[in-house]
Amino acid sequence: MEQKRLIYMDHAATTYTKPEVVETMMPFFTEQFGNASSVYTFGRKSKAAVETAREQVAKAIGAKSDEIYFVNGGSEADNWAIKGIAWAHRDKGNHIITTKIEHHAVLHVCEYLENNGFEVTYLSVDENGLIDLDELKRAITDKTILITIMFANNEIGTIQPIAEIGKIARERGIIFHTDAVQAVGNVAIDVEKMNIDLLSLAGHKFYGPKGIGALYIRKGIKIENLIHGGGQERRRRAGTENLPGIVGLGKAIEMATENLEEHNEKIRKMRDRLLNGIMEKIPYTKLNGHPEKRLPGNINVSFKFIEGESLLLMLDQLGICASTGSACSSGSLDPSHVLLAIGLPHEIAHGSLRLSLGDLTTEEDIDYVLEVLPKIVQRLREMSPLYEDFIKKGEN
Amino acid sequence: MKKKVVIGMSGGVDSSVAAYLLLQQGYDVIGITMQIWPENKAVEEREGGCCSLTAVNDARRVADKLGIYYYVMNFKEVFEKKVINYFVDEYLAGKTPNPCIACNKHIKFDEFLKKAQMLGADYISTGHYAKVVKDEETGRYLLLRSRDDRKDQTYALYNLTQYQLSHTVMPLGDYTKDRIREIADELGLIVANKPDSEEICFVPDNDYAGFIKERVPDKVKPGNFVDVNGNVIGKHKGIVHYTIGQRKGLGLALGKPVFVVDIIPEKNLVVIGDEKEVFKDTLYAEDINLIPFDKLNGDLRVTAKIRYSAKEAPATISPYKNGVIVKFDTPQRAITKGQSVVFYNGDVVVGGGIIKDVL
Repeated sequence: MEQKRLIYMDHAATTYTKPEVVETMMPFFTEQFGNASSVYTFGRKSKAAVETAREQVAKAIGAKSDEIYFVNGGSEADNWAIKGIAWAHRDKGNHIITTKIEHHAVLHVCEYLENNGFEVTYLSVDENGLIDLDELKRAITDKTILITIMFANNEIGTIQPIAEIGKIARERGIIFHTDAVQAVGNVAIDVEKMNIDLLSLAGHKFYGPKGIGALYIRKGIKIENLIHGGGQERRRRAGTENLPGIVGLGKAIEMATENLEEHNEKIRKMRDRLLNGIMEKIPYTKLNGHPEKRLPGNINVSFKFIEGESLLLMLDQLGICASTGSACSSGSLDPSHVLLAIGLPHEIAHGSLRLSLGDLTTEEDIDYVLEVLPKIVQRLREMSPLYEDFIKKGEN
Repeated sequence: MKKKVVIGMSGGVDSSVAAYLLLQQGYDVIGITMQIWPENKAVEEREGGCCSLTAVNDARRVADKLGIYYYVMNFKEVFEKKVINYFVDEYLAGKTPNPCIACNKHIKFDEFLKKAQMLGADYISTGHYAKVVKDEETGRYLLLRSRDDRKDQTYALYNLTQYQLSHTVMPLGDYTKDRIREIADELGLIVANKPDSEEICFVPDNDYAGFIKERVPDKVKPGNFVDVNGNVIGKHKGIVHYTIGQRKGLGLALGKPVFVVDIIPEKNLVVIGDEKEVFKDTLYAEDINLIPFDKLNGDLRVTAKIRYSAKEAPATISPYKNGVIVKFDTPQRAITKGQSVVFYNGDVVVGGGIIKDVL
């Protein structure tokens, strides 16, 4: 097995950590390693670095720094937000509203709560992956304590009308959480203007390190703790601070939001060239997700008559990292709940491919993918009984 | 250009070493683990079972060590349809199926072969103990018994067609299991000392009846035990609990050892008799596949085996209707409908079929 060139088109899964970010982190491994919660001066410097990072994160989303809590990633942030609100407000009601296309870190938490006496409404989405605001309004009852709706979808890239959702939640006095793991660094976010009460984010989606994330909790929101123990994070999240991670997260989110528009423009241009090329060169292809309201780097397409699984493996053999459906723990693929929710039939959902572009993507990468992808799809179609049937029907 | 082989890797020692041997033989090797039955907690939670997470992790580590591409592919739907449903239906029909044979026929050497070809493979490979050789005289591909008689797996492979055989490489056929373990050890493969798996992969606790009851609870109904003359002699728990020749677990105290001699699904009856009634010498089999030739034109002397663990016995096979009649020289114990009968000529697998009737 020889490793050919590497074309990384899976930025939605994770990104590399930028060298500038790593550089900022390095001293906190070897020199300034003191425990941020200790009393001596050496530790205080660590504490100061944590607070600087907290300000950086707060600024990036329009929050105040004492509303930011560091956690170990997006899944923890989602778990904390939803379970913490549910348990803290169960005297007021037991109803939660979410959508059918959330990440499993939200869906499985909701299922867990359903098994523990809560009721959950899963809003449907239209063929572009957008929720219906009227359906949301109708779903609200006097028992509703939480609305949790993702900012942007990880698979199809659709961006929800978050400000409108926030407005509805605010008017009805319901807490609003958004999983913004895919959105941070790709979309401008202002928790004040958008009336967001809780927001999850993860460092490794915007060129920060893995293993660090944050939950924004609006001041005054009552929430139970998820991780119990020491008094870190103002007694709300126990565990010795991941100092280098926190510093890296701060630096990464600062860099990601500083050049947001410029960065998005560049990525979007490449994305559109790739997407247009695919649609032009490969017949019987469908774009999944909203044509405009989508993440700048996201492409999700279904190629009729083939299986995404074989396609992915072929791409891997050519050094192209892409994804399809949702990966399960072992790495095998089931049809994605998101694609099924936007109404794709089972067999077409199976034939989907997600390419997510980012800072590592070059124009040469686009050329290469446009050169090899049509050939692979054609080859797989030639071996597909579905395609054979289709062609025969066409001839009759 | 190197020929490309896709090998099915279970995470066990056999397929791991097979992958290594293929590399040694100069193939371009891709390892695939077939995800077939992950929804079952019992399978997932226990260590080392085929297609559990542990198995996938083991296979992935072996692939990494060997430096080959490795993927997990999803076969859940087709496995459910072609193997599990078949398994359940056969039991409900009073038969005793062999799901490994169905899996080889429909999954490993059909769906898996197709998927491998999509990846550009020239051949597929497995860690089976068996040999595939081409008979240069006739031009036909033959399936031969493996060198290690104790591990020989040709019984479960009799359905292979000429097309499948011509696209299959089986590198373990010339090795003993002990030698395979040694090689794994020499290579420092983590799986060198993993125990052999012998049970059915999707029923790891061997409780077939429990498995079937869980899937079709209302179809497993208690009924009567009867003797060979039709007299009711007790209550049974549902026919899926029994197989021909069974003695244990009947819960009958008749003052002598008794055995299941027949199962009548239409009447939900289990027939009980003496051990001598379990011995029969003639059977009729259908769904026949023959390997060295396409068609059986007259009587043929073979040795035949009526289940995986049975000893081969001399028999004559002759064409009859859509199948063959197999007449053993001496009566065989517990010839069971649903099981496969496999024919050999020395080390050559002549073919086999599924037992439809015991005469």
